[in-house]
Amino acid sequence: MTQTHSGTASAQPKRSRAEQLGRPSMWRMLLRDRFATLAALILTFVTLTAVFGPALMGELATRQDLMFMNKPPFDPSNGWAYILGSDSLGRSMLARMVVATRTTLMVAVPAVLLAMVIGSLWGVWAGYHRGRRENISMRLADIIMSFPSLLLAVVVLYVFSPSAANIVLILAITRIPIYMRTARAESAELQSRTFVDAARTFGTRPNAIIVRHVIPVVTPTLLTLATLEFCFVMLAESSLSFLGIGIQPPDVSWGLMVAQGRQYLQTAWWLSILPGLAIVITAVAANMLAAWMRIATDPSQRWRLTLDKATTKAFKKVIKDAK
Amino acid sequence: MMTHLLEPDVVMNDSGQTVLEVRDLDVDIRTPKGTVRVVRGVGFTARRGQTLALLGESGCGKSMTAKAIAGLLDPVASVAGGHAFLDGKDLNTMSARERREVAGPGLGIVFQDALTALNPVYTIGTQLGEAFRIHRGASRKQAKAEAIDLMRRVGIPEPETRVNSYPHQFSGGMRQRILIAMAVALSPRLLIADEPTTALDVTVQAQIMQLLRKLRSEEDMAVVLITHDLSVVAEEADDVCVMYAGNVVEQGSVRTVFAEPTHPYTKGLLESVPGDSVRGQGLSSIPGSPPELNKIPAGCVYQDRCPLVAQICRDERPQLRPTGPRQRAACHFAERVGQETVSQTGVVSVEEENQ
Amino acid sequence: MNTQETGAEPGNVLEVKDLTKTFHVSAGAAGTRELRALDGINLTVRKGETLGLVGESGCGKSTLARTLMMLEQPDAGTVRFEGQDPFGLRGRELLKWRRRVQMVFQDPFASLNARMSAGQIISEPFATHKDLYKGAAAKARRLNELLELVGMRSSDAAKSPQEFSGGQRQRIGIARALALDPDLIILDEPVSALDLSVQAQVLNLLNDLQRELGVSYIFISHDLSVVRHVTDRVAVMYLGRIIETGTTRDVFDHPLHPYTASLMSASPKLDPAKRPAQRIVLQGELPSPLDPPSGCRFRTRCWKAQAICRTERPAAQTREEAGLVSLGMPDAGPPQFPHQTECHFPIASAAEAGLVPAGN
Repeated sequence: MTQTHSGTASAQPKRSRAEQLGRPSMWRMLLRDRFATLAALILTFVTLTAVFGPALMGELATRQDLMFMNKPPFDPSNGWAYILGSDSLGRSMLARMVVATRTTLMVAVPAVLLAMVIGSLWGVWAGYHRGRRENISMRLADIIMSFPSLLLAVVVLYVFSPSAANIVLILAITRIPIYMRTARAESAELQSRTFVDAARTFGTRPNAIIVRHVIPVVTPTLLTLATLEFCFVMLAESSLSFLGIGIQPPDVSWGLMVAQGRQYLQTAWWLSILPGLAIVITAVAANMLAAWMRIATDPSQRWRLTLDKATTKAFKKVIKDAK
Repeated sequence: MMTHLLEPDVVMNDSGQTVLEVRDLDVDIRTPKGTVRVVRGVGFTARRGQTLALLGESGCGKSMTAKAIAGLLDPVASVAGGHAFLDGKDLNTMSARERREVAGPGLGIVFQDALTALNPVYTIGTQLGEAFRIHRGASRKQAKAEAIDLMRRVGIPEPETRVNSYPHQFSGGMRQRILIAMAVALSPRLLIADEPTTALDVTVQAQIMQLLRKLRSEEDMAVVLITHDLSVVAEEADDVCVMYAGNVVEQGSVRTVFAEPTHPYTKGLLESVPGDSVRGQGLSSIPGSPPELNKIPAGCVYQDRCPLVAQICRDERPQLRPTGPRQRAACHFAERVGQETVSQTGVVSVEEENQ
Repeated sequence: MNTQETGAEPGNVLEVKDLTKTFHVSAGAAGTRELRALDGINLTVRKGETLGLVGESGCGKSTLARTLMMLEQPDAGTVRFEGQDPFGLRGRELLKWRRRVQMVFQDPFASLNARMSAGQIISEPFATHKDLYKGAAAKARRLNELLELVGMRSSDAAKSPQEFSGGQRQRIGIARALALDPDLIILDEPVSALDLSVQAQVLNLLNDLQRELGVSYIFISHDLSVVRHVTDRVAVMYLGRIIETGTTRDVFDHPLHPYTASLMSASPKLDPAKRPAQRIVLQGELPSPLDPPSGCRFRTRCWKAQAICRTERPAAQTREEAGLVSLGMPDAGPPQFPHQTECHFPIASAAEAGLVPAGN
């Protein structure tokens, strides 16, 4: 049997292009996309650095050497420890950035995840049910949004101690409405779709419909949003640090490094530019990976990732073998 | 690639009457997987005061053909060959500027979706008057007067007040009338109507068809009607071009083609119309579905669904050839079509569909 | 509402009486306006038969389908499903009732979740009705049975909807509706999104399934030739009311209501010999349901309208009551389903209905 005709030959050949590829493994699709592969490598590297880096660097991050103040980066004569230059106290930038990776991720990742989970679930729920639940939820979101988040942070962090946990909490709460709005809008649109109506006609309960039909569709969008938020949260954390209520020295984060380096921008640019670059590269990598994931998880878009003919054939073989 | 040269058809091409002549038109779509030919060697003639129907199912290339003639192809699609002569001037070799000068006033087009074809932020008067301001250099006041006149001609009640309304304030049928008014504003020689009534209800469809007929005779235009509805073709068109998978498989006068189809696809379509068949009777249907455009088989495009298929159909693509007075078909066995049953009744399973 | 069994006529699957549904549409500063989408609908569906529901967009036929599926709550009137009022049911009872009425939707692309495989879509109802097929093996068996029923291969279950053509997708939709073994399926324009050659395949499938399973259909469509082919009886809707009802043959051959006649007359005919000599082309379009005409709702477009049509809403009357029986029209429908219409001046002859072919 040839599989020539099982797709639609309508004016949109797009719809059927994914066909016959079955569901190629995510792994293979990732390797097919050069940018996504690069992004994944960067993120793996950052994560590994956060986990093992501080142990490897040991004392180096805190050792001051006043003879080695503000050395510019990329000068091999200073030795590998100072390859990224040194700060105003003669500490190794490389070691400090490695140590800061852990702090940064420990604040940003939980803050983003917390806000995403709470905001998304709330938004999806509000959008699915519409009516009063939606109105009240959205007014609440407006209140959080219109309240200056920095002011809220200042009040909370002055009253309570500026611990990492409190920073995470504050950052999460102020960003919940972002996810809520997006999730609500998508969910409100989805709940009027025919396949949701179909599920209702079987007597499926709202929560089951949300889990089965709404969340899988909304998730990719929210993940993309979350990667953008990742960047925002790191910068917000740096502005808290700037006000002295963020990460407290001797702990160090990328944001704090950017904030501290700002006054030396004219004499020692690397103090804030390098950690700033770290933030941007991490965020862009996360964003690229999210963009890829968005396509890879959508069956009607997936064909874009499997264009090569040879690969297509290989997939077919794999699928046949699997059967 | 297989092409066929249309020899000048003596019967179908009386000069002086011809407004549009399309010859060997090819349209390609660039996809990430490579280039796909969606229209292949299409040729037809549209004559003054007559309606030519491009008939086919979704994806057969009928809309693509019309868009290629009107110069409205999407950026991913391009004309890969052939000619489209509007009053003897080849639209396909013109520069963009020449094209605007010739096709702007000479060719009008009506789309299926009237709501998206109108700009929601301008009044109907502004949008109708635009053509006069651009091509005739009319003043604002003149343009408005012309717009009111047009609205009256297409049967919109109280045009003097409604000229200041916005598109959303009109019903679907009225919007379609406005689109038609826009298309005929500059008295074009050719009107292309792409599924003009598909989105409308039966009673409104009848009104719009009546209007198109009236305008056609008033303006002495040629009309190219693109549709999937055989009954509409039977009632409205003089000539018909049946398209399948990007190819013209049969063409000729509606009367002969519909009375004595010489291509199995045309015959199968005609038999699929429920018509007056009685409750419970199995409907005739064509097994299978059209091939994907990137997987069109070598040989005849219809071979996979055709009951008359033989080895020659797999080896050689049939050319359009005369099969009767004012009728041509691309089938190796055109002479046999009349005697054979080409469709089947009863339930068709997907296995059979995929044969 | 009570749930007690009322005296249902045997053989009737569904009985709808005076069903009314009003939407509140926001009208800017003026607050909300009432849109009466259903205005006193009466209909009956017998076991194993197909009832056609015909009308133009905006006439309320989709609202009626959604209300019967309990996707909307009616304001007034009763729905009896084998004597039971589904709107009075809760919990398990309701879930049980859900199995018996299912729906097939118009758009075979929008009605299937693109992220699920065909098999997951068809067996989705089992996830809600967990006690119906216990165990993975029983579910798989039922899935294969369903695929076979709609003419698909069991290997198709693993494919995603994008891999199928429109007609095949509609088969998936039909299989899903059959999954719970219903007694009544509401088909909302099931073939209007399909190409002609595929449309016939799906209609044949529906006919065969009905013969095999004895299921009843409510077939909603605007395509008269399709309705004529698949239905036993027809109800014609206009602005939220059923204005004519009767057996398919009665209604198609001898329409009583001017609107029905104009629908028939206006639809294009393939065969030149069947084209009416005098085609009725209605003027104007459907009035806004927000502001329906007084009296007879059709009067604004009716060529027979007189003063009484403005002031008095016509009551339903049969052909006999209208005094038209003497014209020698053959076999009036079965006595329990008379051919009746809501019109002060029903159509008297085929010539008046604009249905006399030009050939005659």
